[in-house]
Amino acid sequence: MLNKDLTISKDMFEPAHVDPNKSEKIAKASLNFWQDSWLRIKKNKAAIVSMVILILLIIMAFVGPLLTPYGYSDQNTKHNNLPPRIQGLENVHWLPFDGTLSRRDGTEYNAYEVRKVDAYYWFGTDNLGRDLFARVWKGTQISLFIAFMAALIDMLIGVSYGAISGYVGGKTDSIMQRIIEVIVGIPNLIIVVLMILVLKPGIIPIIIALTITGWTSMARVVRAQVLKFKAQEFVLASKTLGASNFSIIFKHMIPNMFGIIIINTMFSIPNAIFFEAFLSFIGLGLQEPNASLGSLVNDGYKSMIAFPYQMIIPSIMIALIMVCFNLVADGLRDALDPKMRD
Amino acid sequence: MEKILEVKDLNISFHTFSGEVKAIRGISFDLNKGETLAIVGESGSGKSVTTKAIMRLLPENNSEIKSGEILFDGKDLTKLNDKHMQKIRGHDISMIFQDPMTSLNPTMKIGKQIMEPLIKHQNMSKHAARERAIELLKLVGIPKPEIRVNQYPHQFSGGMRQRVVIAIALACNPKILIADEPTTALDVTIQAQILELMKDLQKKIDTSIIFITHDLGVVANVADRVAVMYGGKIVEIGTADEIFYNPQHPYTWGLISSMPDMDTDDEELYSIPGTPPDLLDPPKGDAFAPRNPYVMKIDLEQEPPFFKVSDTHYAATWLLHPDAPKVEPPEAVKRRQNQYVGIKGGK
Amino acid sequence: MAERQKLLEIKNLKQYFNVGKPNEVRAVDNVSFDIYKGEVMGLVGESGCGKSTTGRTIIRLYNATGGEVLYDGVNVHGKKSKKQLKDFNRKMQMIFQDPYASLNPRLKIADVIAEGIDIHGLAKTKQERMERVYELLETVGLNKEHANRYPHEFSGGQRQRIGIARALAVQPEFIIADEPISALDVSIQAQVVNLMKQLQKEKELTYLFIAHDLSMVKYISDRIGVMYFGKMVELAPAEELYKNPLHPYTQSLLSAIPSPDPISERTRKRKSYDPASHQYNENELVEFREVTPGHFVLCSEKEFKLYQAQVK
Repeated sequence: MLNKDLTISKDMFEPAHVDPNKSEKIAKASLNFWQDSWLRIKKNKAAIVSMVILILLIIMAFVGPLLTPYGYSDQNTKHNNLPPRIQGLENVHWLPFDGTLSRRDGTEYNAYEVRKVDAYYWFGTDNLGRDLFARVWKGTQISLFIAFMAALIDMLIGVSYGAISGYVGGKTDSIMQRIIEVIVGIPNLIIVVLMILVLKPGIIPIIIALTITGWTSMARVVRAQVLKFKAQEFVLASKTLGASNFSIIFKHMIPNMFGIIIINTMFSIPNAIFFEAFLSFIGLGLQEPNASLGSLVNDGYKSMIAFPYQMIIPSIMIALIMVCFNLVADGLRDALDPKMRD
Repeated sequence: MEKILEVKDLNISFHTFSGEVKAIRGISFDLNKGETLAIVGESGSGKSVTTKAIMRLLPENNSEIKSGEILFDGKDLTKLNDKHMQKIRGHDISMIFQDPMTSLNPTMKIGKQIMEPLIKHQNMSKHAARERAIELLKLVGIPKPEIRVNQYPHQFSGGMRQRVVIAIALACNPKILIADEPTTALDVTIQAQILELMKDLQKKIDTSIIFITHDLGVVANVADRVAVMYGGKIVEIGTADEIFYNPQHPYTWGLISSMPDMDTDDEELYSIPGTPPDLLDPPKGDAFAPRNPYVMKIDLEQEPPFFKVSDTHYAATWLLHPDAPKVEPPEAVKRRQNQYVGIKGGK
Repeated sequence: MAERQKLLEIKNLKQYFNVGKPNEVRAVDNVSFDIYKGEVMGLVGESGCGKSTTGRTIIRLYNATGGEVLYDGVNVHGKKSKKQLKDFNRKMQMIFQDPYASLNPRLKIADVIAEGIDIHGLAKTKQERMERVYELLETVGLNKEHANRYPHEFSGGQRQRIGIARALAVQPEFIIADEPISALDVSIQAQVVNLMKQLQKEKELTYLFIAHDLSMVKYISDRIGVMYFGKMVELAPAEELYKNPLHPYTQSLLSAIPSPDPISERTRKRKSYDPASHQYNENELVEFREVTPGHFVLCSEKEFKLYQAQVK
């Protein structure tokens, strides 16, 4: 703790000049919210890998059906129920792409050789001879479309409903919250099934059915946020400056909720995919020849024992999409949630 | 005097997304038995980090004790395993936090919260622990302790809650009590009561207190010795009288003269220009140099060592080097120095 | 005293929350005082005494339950046209307590400061707007480079200065400072207080300075009002209040402030205040009375005579 022998020349003790402005300087590079969040999410390997997989899946959902010569609705009954076979990979026996099927007694045979088909169906064909590769990607495309649309509509309705309810407050708020409680109180499935029965199955009715109850959670989250921000000093400051309600909500409140809105939407997408698959699986989903992942699983399930690939491939796809979306949403939550900020 | 705690050359860093934050940069101090050591400094000066390190309450995922020792009872607290540390926490060393609203469990009766450490650390029977809890509540000045012991935190006012927190902290007669801004969240009149209580209790149970605060008035009220922290370092340490009436470091000068006392009138308040250093990238030399009106060339080159002022008083500023020019401290400090000389002469 | 012009008259202001319900809170209960042009009026009291609510009600963040606030003789509350409201917003501004919560984290500093300029159309071109922003930044001791940064990059003291710049952007006459320094470090408090004092001189501002730190309030204020549970108990010029506190609550408050002076701290005697000590009779009229010119105390007739005797 004591001073050691220091040999310091005397001129070091002359007054120095420090620019007083210098101490006000901020050395750190300026990062805005999104750059900062990107730095955070970059550290989350699982989220990044999932994001890459999702991007690939989305690209394939559009490009995939074009890669094979077979259309997703082209029927060729002569080629029905063929197992997956891929050029090059057919000789690698432990991969499931060699075109073999097993009989009930356990012996294996090459379906393509036995039925003398000279073609390559990468994911095999279904019982009507339609190419599953094209159908799976088409199904992914439709499933994703439904999910994204549902999530988007949920977001729009939920955010506006929640913002109005929270901001106006008082009696309006009470009434609007009671309405939500009523909607949440009725079992989801009943509303959806009734909706589908009334509207006839199809893409739009499914989206409507999904959104009719889906927006409530977003509305609740947004309302809670608005209530929180209403008492925040920067909102009060804006009020004392004479800002309009519109600008308070859209300039001050919503931008501060982006994180939570995005996270909520990201979690609602896999939910929508799952629900759509479930509807299709119980036969309330899309009608032939349209395909979604759920209806593909439903078709495959009928011949699960004899031709397991017909169910397994779309199932894997659903699982992959769900897992990836959840991991990305988790990663986003950690990156965007202001509570985690240091 | 008997040393009860020794901190030696402690260095602590936090790893954040933007890089390594050197929150504590080589601090050393002792705590004597039965004394109150106040650590003052602004937010980010490292005062809370220091005490969290003593309690081993730093977040494990991003903090790192780079070097140094914390010696308590012959043991280095930085190297103890968790189980051992748990025994010390709450038993030998306990802590009072700033916010009495959040440091109590809202779903648990007050009595139970006081009894918990007693049963855990002192193997008391439930009945004995309850008796002791009532006794403790009486000790911290809560009326009708027999009834209060069965109530929940929300039934207490802020000041009363802080009393309960103190009762919990004192339950096992700790050797050291760490108080992290215990009165900052309270009103002045309540603050005065709590400070009185703490001083009173200290006499009764002869514990040592580390008192963290940014309020110099509170320091003057409670402290025997004072350590002033700036930018992760202790810049001046000494007895309360030495710090308040004969400060040596320009930062201490700034702190003392930037508070108006009751007779400061229209003159402009002395203020320290600029903002505290960014510990992500601490400046070369003395961290206080950019805000120091008495800055010298050496301040920008080398960190000052501790210079001895008296046996108990040390300050880390190049102004105390024999070659340094004599400088005039701010008016308010000069007034204090004269006052001190007067008092000393009178004794 | 008489020649000074009243800028604000607060008459029997009442602000109750949860009116008519069992948990009714009388946050501000029949408070009256005037604020003269160019002065700093301090308002002190413990948390929950209604001092912040008083400030917020004056600036219309809350609608008053009763009473009126006259600004230059015009009532601030009640129905107003949009233009009138905007006028009030320009004349009256507010500085907030928590520098971390008072700036929108998603806006750049330039947009934070320029919000008032945009709302009131005070700049015709983008360039003029930015020039105003730079000018304001300089006024509060920051510089141009800070305009493009986000609030989280600044320290508490810097943010508070940005908050001041935002309030100044609309060139107000009257500023309510709601505990502007209580969240700041000691070394920074002096910076902000000095800045506020300097601005007051330069721009001839009037302040209502709300705080619980009495030594700072004493330093900056010309007159000080002491509040206790929604009521104003004493109002006097700053010096007078400190020298001759009359109401027992003011005395207790003053005796509780620790001063940075160990020697006087060792001998300080604290007084405690018990509202029951007044022993008011049911039919006694307890009201705000002027004991000496400019020195008002909430008291009964009996106490009033006692206080007058004390002062003499």
